[in-house]
Amino acid sequence: MYEDDDSPLVKIRNLHFKRGSKVIFAGVDMDIPRRKVTAIMGPSGTGKTTLLKLIGGQLRPDQGTIEFDGENIHALKTRDLYKLRMRMGMLFQSGALLTDINVFENVAYPLREHTDLSDSMLERLVLLKLEAVGLRGARDLMPSELSGGMARRVALARAIALDPMMIMYDEPFTGQDPISMGVLVKLIPSLNEAAHISSILVSHDVRETLEIADMVFVISNGKVVDSGTPDELHDSSKQWTKQFIDGLPDGPVPFHYPAPELEEDLLGK
Amino acid sequence: MTHQRHLEMMVGVFVAAGIVALFFMALQVSNLGSISDEEGYNVTARFDNIGGIKVKAPVTMAGVKVGRVTNIEFDKETFEAVATLNIEKRYDQIPDDTFAKIFTAGLLGEQYIGLDAGGSDIYLEEGSSLQLTQSALVLEEVIGQFLFSKAQEGSE
Amino acid sequence: MKSITNFFASLGSNVMSAVQKLGRAHMLFFQMVMGMDEILRRPSLLIKQLYYVGVLSVILISLSGFFVGMVLGLQGYYTLSQFGAEATLGVMVAASLVRELGPVVTALLFAGRAGSALTAEVGLMKATEQLSGLEMMAVNPVRRVLTPRLFGGIFSMPLLAAMFSMFGVLGGWFVGVGLLGVDDGTYWSQMQTKIDLHEDIYNGVIKSIVFGVVCTWIALFEGYDSTPTSEGLSRATTRTVVHSAFAILGLDFILTAIMFGE
Ligand SMILES: Nc1ncnc2c1ncn2[C@@H]1O[C@H](COP(=O)(O)OP(=O)(O)OP(=O)(O)O)[C@@H](O)[C@H]1O
Ligand SMILES: [Mg+2]
Repeated sequence: MYEDDDSPLVKIRNLHFKRGSKVIFAGVDMDIPRRKVTAIMGPSGTGKTTLLKLIGGQLRPDQGTIEFDGENIHALKTRDLYKLRMRMGMLFQSGALLTDINVFENVAYPLREHTDLSDSMLERLVLLKLEAVGLRGARDLMPSELSGGMARRVALARAIALDPMMIMYDEPFTGQDPISMGVLVKLIPSLNEAAHISSILVSHDVRETLEIADMVFVISNGKVVDSGTPDELHDSSKQWTKQFIDGLPDGPVPFHYPAPELEEDLLGK
Repeated sequence: MTHQRHLEMMVGVFVAAGIVALFFMALQVSNLGSISDEEGYNVTARFDNIGGIKVKAPVTMAGVKVGRVTNIEFDKETFEAVATLNIEKRYDQIPDDTFAKIFTAGLLGEQYIGLDAGGSDIYLEEGSSLQLTQSALVLEEVIGQFLFSKAQEGSE
Repeated sequence: MKSITNFFASLGSNVMSAVQKLGRAHMLFFQMVMGMDEILRRPSLLIKQLYYVGVLSVILISLSGFFVGMVLGLQGYYTLSQFGAEATLGVMVAASLVRELGPVVTALLFAGRAGSALTAEVGLMKATEQLSGLEMMAVNPVRRVLTPRLFGGIFSMPLLAAMFSMFGVLGGWFVGVGLLGVDDGTYWSQMQTKIDLHEDIYNGVIKSIVFGVVCTWIALFEGYDSTPTSEGLSRATTRTVVHSAFAILGLDFILTAIMFGE
């Protein structure tokens, strides 16, 4: 049924969101297609993580709507929201592993929670997921014994444990050595193809991201400033996109968080 | 898993120890061990003045606690106080002409009802009433009487 | 003039945020209680919390109880012997423990030992996004993380308070009977005639259940509502202990007035 459905999986309309007095989003529209890898890029602090949390229903927009598979996320009752989240996986920027149980149990957690698998089935599944991220040998370690990159990979194994219909990756490549990076770069699109998963990928690693993404959104200053396929972005005439993709320090994207002129700050008024 | 078992053990011990402590408090520290209201029989006693007796005040014989006061009422017709005494079941051979007096434990202590056994062959039972009673000593009255008799002595 | 308006403006916003916080705390309490079926479905969650909240406090509580009882025995003996009333030492020790010190001191110690630990734990889980992580795994963190802790606290408190009182009575006995020569039989029998099961023991248990609810609730709310930084966490932990102490002492007055007043 979903296979033939070409309506967007996530439909964001006129999204406004503020943190205190700081405007994070000022009218964002976005369509995230099904069964594709959609990348969201933008300078640090523009609100990419915030966007994922809005899609996951953890934050509430000030204005505008977000629909997931036809349902308005923020109009759902708590119980239905939790049901809907079973169809989403999320890899947190920090990993967010449960620190009181070991790696194996962390990956097994969503399975134990939402399925009635037998112990042997469950073990096989967990080991497969851990194998996919290259950490089968680390199954008995506690999260505190993992490096940052390893923790991220365990979190990834956990996010894909339930074979959700959509996975949100918040910076999956950060802190990975070139080899595991290469594995992850292959893993993400292969998951999409094998299990018809849709992915939202937030990353600063431009080259890798453009390599695996089918669709890219660039956000800055609370707006979508450019979007399209990676090829379109490469050829984009927008200064914005050029600067971002090529990583140039000078251009319309500020490297600095908004601030008064340096002289003003240093010398006093 | 062994960790889980250890945990369960400790929690089991904890809960058991807590319950033991509760029972200790109930049985060893409180009056639960010495009296229960249902077991025992009730008799009534009428007093002109009940003084400071309260519900739950002890009832003793020869200094030993045999029951307690369970109810106090005022009789509108005779203007007397009617106290219901609950006597423990094992004390079932108290003569029915027993004398009930109100005492005070020490100078400032709590008041209680003391029973002085009579000589009758008929024993008290549920619903009996004690005929012979002596009211509470009211300190003001005692002092008043004392002064009064002194005054009379003086005038003679 | 301006500073006065500022003062009232900030007073107003402080009051507003305090009221909001109170609202959030009550909503959280409601959600935690509504999650009760979770611990029926997974008793192991509750067992684990009984361990962390209850078992780990036993030694602290028992020892403190024993010491407090010893002090009561000593002080009581010196005061009572002036009136020749050493015989009522047992009553004095037991009555103070059962009615007041047992529930109150246990709750105060509990707030310092278990309450602050709960706040730190929950606050850290929030700071490291573990709570968000659970949410995104479609697991409700309030039911899964907070509810078992709340009930762990509620069940542990009366048991701990009973242990405190028991060890206190024994501590008083140790000093009074063992060291100062009060008669053993008198110590217990006087106690038994004067301490009432309903009036004293039951009311003491009810007090400690109320304290258990309030202390654990405060601790969990402060952790859950904390700012997810080291500073925010340390403030939250302090607030847990301070607010719990106020709540315990204030509630103790109210409960005592209701229970023992006529
Ligand atoms: N809990 C919060 N309270 C207040 N402001 C916040 C909070 N979390 C984030 N922000 C602000 O929201 C903005 C967006 O944060 P977000 O974490 O979404 O950025 P990001 O795009 O994911 O950045 P990065 O690429 O560095 O991860 C930031 O400017 C930050 O200052
Ligand atoms: Mg981020």
